[in-house]
Amino acid sequence: MTSNIHQALRPPSAGRRRLLLALATSPFIVPLRASAQSSSLLSRPIPSSGQALPVIGLGSWITFNVGNDRVARDNCAEVMRNFFAAGGRVVDSSPMYGSSQEVIGYGLGKLRQAGPPAPVFAADKVWISAGARGPGQIETSRQHWNVPRFDLLQVHNLLSWQEHLPTLLAMKAAGELRYVGITTSEGRRHREFEQIMASQPIDFVQVSYNVLDREVEQRIFPLARERRIGVIVNRPFRQGDLIRSVARHPLPAWAAEIDCANWAQILLKFAVSHPAVTCAIPATSSVAHVRENMGAAVGRLPDEAMRRRIVAHVEKL
Amino acid sequence: MSEWWTYRPSDFLLFAPRTYYRLFELYNADIWPLQIVTLLAGVLILVLMRSRAAWRGRVIAATLAVCWLWIAWAFHWQRYAPINWAAGYFAVGFAIQALLLIWIGVVRDRLRFDSTPSVIARIGVAILVFAVAVQPLLGLLLGREWRQAEVFGVAPDPTVVATLALLLAADRGSPTALPIPLLWCLLSGLTLWVMNAADALLLPMVASLVLLLSFRRSAARR
Repeated sequence: MTSNIHQALRPPSAGRRRLLLALATSPFIVPLRASAQSSSLLSRPIPSSGQALPVIGLGSWITFNVGNDRVARDNCAEVMRNFFAAGGRVVDSSPMYGSSQEVIGYGLGKLRQAGPPAPVFAADKVWISAGARGPGQIETSRQHWNVPRFDLLQVHNLLSWQEHLPTLLAMKAAGELRYVGITTSEGRRHREFEQIMASQPIDFVQVSYNVLDREVEQRIFPLARERRIGVIVNRPFRQGDLIRSVARHPLPAWAAEIDCANWAQILLKFAVSHPAVTCAIPATSSVAHVRENMGAAVGRLPDEAMRRRIVAHVEKL
Repeated sequence: MSEWWTYRPSDFLLFAPRTYYRLFELYNADIWPLQIVTLLAGVLILVLMRSRAAWRGRVIAATLAVCWLWIAWAFHWQRYAPINWAAGYFAVGFAIQALLLIWIGVVRDRLRFDSTPSVIARIGVAILVFAVAVQPLLGLLLGREWRQAEVFGVAPDPTVVATLALLLAADRGSPTALPIPLLWCLLSGLTLWVMNAADALLLPMVASLVLLLSFRRSAARR
């Protein structure tokens, strides 16, 4: 009832997979686990370019908005260190997320001081009503991150997309940006979202998707596959509500069939096992949780039958 | 914002509760021992309300205005704004309230207290005592750290409650000074509500009480 044919960079053998799973759950062997895991992470190609991305990324909504609190910033930097050590690449933020961009920049700076630059796939957004102020906001965001350029810029919640999209596409044409996208959350403006997907040359869409919120499966995911648009999944845990709700219940026995050691991995594997999905970006400020999350990028993913089983099980809880 | 009806208050919460309370912890550490000064200012206000000095209203209004201005700058602008982009607007609102208090209480000398206070005025005094003496301890009673205490004069919530209490205790209503504190009660209540804080309803309840009693007093005078 499981599938192991999905774009793993180097599909591990069953014995090695068990070893990786054991390493992933051990707190004492982080560097070994990290290097071993990163070499075998499940990844998906970006449809428009073929570039492979690990299926688990890192969001920053709420969790990285810690202001000038040095202790909390160091903690976020540690989350990032563990994320990259486990093979993570995609980090996503927005000017809307308070100090999150600066905290990401702080974390990347700390990592740079400690070694080679983190191999981040920098995904951010433009979120401002006036289209003319878009480039200024993007430059401010870039300075906060302290990266030479963004890999992906998305129009946040379609705000003034008619004005921002031409700016982003021009940046891409000029080589200042690699990918362009649009975002929405919690099912808002899906009709307009689909119209943009159908008519504009975008590389990514970002939508909310989880085991209970599956509306995007009906039209947006098929359209993304048809138009060769990558899909980034936000709120895979419904902003924590979903995981808090299921965590009260014992882990089902079938979790082992998809190499899941906890509920977070089941929920994440559900999200990223949809063939249209490129990656999910769970947000956390916990080192333990980021390690758990990265464990969802290892081992077998659920096939269609198992996906239906997960939905049925969670809906009954 | 399109499809605004699909948004919930929690969609506007940009930070974790832990970050919010750490904000007060770091703020308190930064400004210590200013909290002692503002608590003494709160006691001074209570003492002045019982005095017969002609200038007492002006001193009370000026003291409150300084607190509002300080919170606008040191709390909202400098510390809250990094985690909440709306805090810049809060800072402007608090600065406007400081100017209103100066205009009403210092320039026009409208903050006067009856020597034989009415029941409504006595309720105002009781709320003021609560804001100065009890509110800073609330967090502790609810399981938060004492270092995260929200103290009158430096933290918005007790200062807003104290201001509403004073406006209620004054013998002449000053309706122009009410909207900003009342709006803050709503905003702060919503923020705490979406953070599942046990004291989320406190400020909305105080605001409702003050509004109700203010209307009642106005009606009685017509």
